[in-house]
Amino acid sequence: MAQPVTINVASTGRKITVPTGLFINNEFVPSVDSKETIEYVYVRMLREHPASREICDRCINPATEEVICSIVAGSEKDIDIAVAAARKAFKTTWGKNVTGFERSRLINKLADLIERDAQELAELEALNNGKPVKIARDFDIGDSVACLRYYAGWADKILGQSIEVDNKTKFAFTRHDPIGVCGQIIPWNYPINMWSWKVAPALACGCTIVMKPSEITPLTALKLSELVVEAGFPPGVINTVPSLGSVGGAALSSHKDVDKVAFTGSTVTGRRIMEAAAKSNLKKVSLELGGKSPNIVFESADLDQAANWVGLGILYNTGQDCTAGSRLFVQDTIYDKFIAIVVEKFKQMKIGDGFDEASGGGPVVSKMQYDKIFSFIESGKQEGAKAILGGEKRPGKGYFVDPTIFVDVTPDMKIVREEIFGPVLSVAKFKTEEEVIEIANDTAYGLGAGLHSNDANQCMRVSQALEAGTVWVNQYNILTNNVPFGGKKQSGIGRELGSYALEEYTSVKAIHWNYGEKLDWPL
Amino acid sequence: MPETFVKQFDTPAFKGEVSCPLGLYINGKFVDGSNNTTIDVINPSNGKLITKISEGTPKDLDLAVEAAQKAFDTTWGLHTTGVQRSRLLNKLGDLMDKHADNLAALEALDNGKTFSWARKTDIDHSIRCIRYYAGWADKIHGQTIETSEAKLTYTRHEPIGVVAQIIPWNFPLQMMAWKIGPALATGCTVILKPSEFTPLTALYMAKLVDEAGFPPGTFNLVNGYGASVGQAMADHHGIEKIAFTGSTLVGRKIMESAAKSNLKKVTLELGGKSPSIVFDDADLQQAVQWAAFGIYYNHGQCCCAGSRIFVHEKIYDEFLTRFTDYVKTLKVGDPFDPDAFQGPQVSQQQYDRIMGYIESGKKEGATVHYGGERIGEEGYYIRPTIFTETKPHMKIVQEEIFGPVCVVVKFKDDDDIVAQANDTIYGLAASVYSQNVTRALSTAHKIRAGTVWVNTANMLYPQVPFGGYKQSGIGRELGSYALENYTAVKSVQVNLHLSLS
Repeated sequence: MAQPVTINVASTGRKITVPTGLFINNEFVPSVDSKETIEYVYVRMLREHPASREICDRCINPATEEVICSIVAGSEKDIDIAVAAARKAFKTTWGKNVTGFERSRLINKLADLIERDAQELAELEALNNGKPVKIARDFDIGDSVACLRYYAGWADKILGQSIEVDNKTKFAFTRHDPIGVCGQIIPWNYPINMWSWKVAPALACGCTIVMKPSEITPLTALKLSELVVEAGFPPGVINTVPSLGSVGGAALSSHKDVDKVAFTGSTVTGRRIMEAAAKSNLKKVSLELGGKSPNIVFESADLDQAANWVGLGILYNTGQDCTAGSRLFVQDTIYDKFIAIVVEKFKQMKIGDGFDEASGGGPVVSKMQYDKIFSFIESGKQEGAKAILGGEKRPGKGYFVDPTIFVDVTPDMKIVREEIFGPVLSVAKFKTEEEVIEIANDTAYGLGAGLHSNDANQCMRVSQALEAGTVWVNQYNILTNNVPFGGKKQSGIGRELGSYALEEYTSVKAIHWNYGEKLDWPL
Repeated sequence: MPETFVKQFDTPAFKGEVSCPLGLYINGKFVDGSNNTTIDVINPSNGKLITKISEGTPKDLDLAVEAAQKAFDTTWGLHTTGVQRSRLLNKLGDLMDKHADNLAALEALDNGKTFSWARKTDIDHSIRCIRYYAGWADKIHGQTIETSEAKLTYTRHEPIGVVAQIIPWNFPLQMMAWKIGPALATGCTVILKPSEFTPLTALYMAKLVDEAGFPPGTFNLVNGYGASVGQAMADHHGIEKIAFTGSTLVGRKIMESAAKSNLKKVTLELGGKSPSIVFDDADLQQAVQWAAFGIYYNHGQCCCAGSRIFVHEKIYDEFLTRFTDYVKTLKVGDPFDPDAFQGPQVSQQQYDRIMGYIESGKKEGATVHYGGERIGEEGYYIRPTIFTETKPHMKIVQEEIFGPVCVVVKFKDDDDIVAQANDTIYGLAASVYSQNVTRALSTAHKIRAGTVWVNTANMLYPQVPFGGYKQSGIGRELGSYALENYTAVKSVQVNLHLSLS
């Protein structure tokens, strides 16, 4: 039911207890009306809707394909209860009832606790998501702790403006009020990190949260909920309801009492969420969606360094990154030389079990993703692209996809247009700067872009011209908590990180205070 | 080798052992002053010696500047990230939390304020201030500015460099937090000179800064006299900026020296003669209590003390009666008496000055309505004092007394009161008491002061800016505004394709 389970981590001998209930009002509870668990819901959905696109996997270890555990699956009614709890907290113990200083203190406390438990959380993350333990601990969790601390620092600095209207009679000022109850839907590629990007600014501004973690990777969100209690947050401030996207995600998007929904995931789902928001109560929406980001290498680039960044760009997190640099463009004058270096670098990347110290990347997260990536690889071959590295399935268990490079691609191929979300790179040659800017921008997406060049003027020109929310110059994929992040075009709406994220969780009220003007009547 | 001061406290308010170093803190080490001389630290509750601290000289200042510059060029400034500076400041906040009682005890011993007020206001506020600025450290933003597509134009807000900070004796720890918080957050390196009257909590803090892990040279402490170390700071060519809180008289000297030496940047937080205005439609009892708090808090030793209380003639008699009755209930006693509201004034010098003003008030013809005398034989205790029947030109009305002495003045109409309230060279703060929002706000907006309180007094928060109009100061502390005091703006213009023919 809602009892905690104990998971044995074979590789380290650690025992991790994981709560399996829904986290509402600081307690773990069963669903009110559904006996479903995430494991069984999968089977039911398959039987009833064999073509359903919302099929999810159980909490499965992607390296071994074994079931880790089952957790309670929330229903629409559970979402209702969570929203009511969040609303109550917003009206009584949170929102305008708590000072910025207190919010700052609690968020800092939560950061300290996550730091304390980093190893355990990293192992749980590695088990559920597949990523290497050391990367989960030092990067995912390290960045998450820093993100919480960054926003803790903002909590008592939510400033409005005082504005001159007429000094003799009037005074106008703005308040940046917390928006209210926020539904937050996060993906499976960086479970803990995405959790912190959402939770930190929302709490800092005084919002309350109903969090729906991915049904594929809900375990660390549940474990983090225990730390929320330990840190001392009042009940109802953060609620965690794992459920299917089509159930919990849809319920949050169309809920009449949710003031704002923030979503990170596929563009397809993002559209549905925005539609539901429009149809229900015009709740505010921020979306962080997919990408097909270009990585451009000019002839003056430091080729060895550029190859490293290209590798990071498509192989980090086994390519399961919204900003993955999945389209590589190489200037013709250095093409052969650079490709040779890239192939060598890719061969050095070991994809293996997350608990193996030597692994630079883990398996992809689920069977569904594994099948999807290989169907793209097949389509690439069929449409005439040439795989000069990888592209073949491994024998044995585990959803392991090896680094794959396609050359001889054309712009209309599926592998060039659509987001694969795996370690699959398509490579094209270009001649001039103008030419590559045009093909790089030729996509409905606009999340990230990278360029490598030692010509400073070229760096300036090209970075200004690329249509992406983040442009990396002589780098790729590195994000910091104080620099905003988000998509242009169909990669998203709104910005996360930096001071900009605060705008997503505040609602501006202007107050006009008359203290001297008398109104004549009739007009 | 500099020694350590150790004291066993066994008082109703606090029991325990507290120790603090006595040397100067330069480049991460506690050292003796170069002259091997000391300064006596006196207990204001009994006039007796507490301990002797090392005296710094201009030579020691030179060493501190050297250390601070080296740190700025290697281990601090832009060689650290905002995140790193934030972590260290938060660690300092954690340590202050842990040692809060000890800090309060030392503060009460050294300054004379009561342990309970020190603990629940001074220490608590100081911790919040450090944490507040820890939060700013990684949020020092510049701008990108549109000029033309041929150019990339942006600003950087860089740390100024080595900064000197001179703080007073009325809120020793709190003034230290206000100064080092924003300076360290932005990446400046600091040389702090506490008041020679109240150096103990700063010395305790130097130990905590060291424990928190700040690199050597980022924070330095040079105790010494204003006329020697303070003057040397104002004159120093290796110091880019000086921040001073203290008297207007000394503030002028510092600004003059800054101008004559290297045009170092100057911020000053000086004196005040702040008006408290009580309208006839005020909540009378609340106004009485807030107005009393406004002048008698911290024994009247506040730059923003509401020392001129203007009361509308309609309620003057009622106000004065209630005010006097209320003031009579304020207990004056030993700082470690848990019931005491007011302790001794900080020093013999201050005591003499205040008593001098009381004498002048009497001589110039004002009425001592209540108080006006010493309490007891030992320690610098002065009874809370109320003067009435004053005239605007009197010294007690024009000059800052910095003690538990107020003047209560009758007024007639709204326009006249604004003129009277603004009739001062100072402009630090003001309080307005009225239940009518129109009256309260229009008056508040007309008063020339850096902080105006409506229906309250003396409430400060780390996130709200504070500073003076007119001769009460230059610049603002606290809030986001303090960051400007410690950053230098650099505009960068990068030409992409603008050719010069």
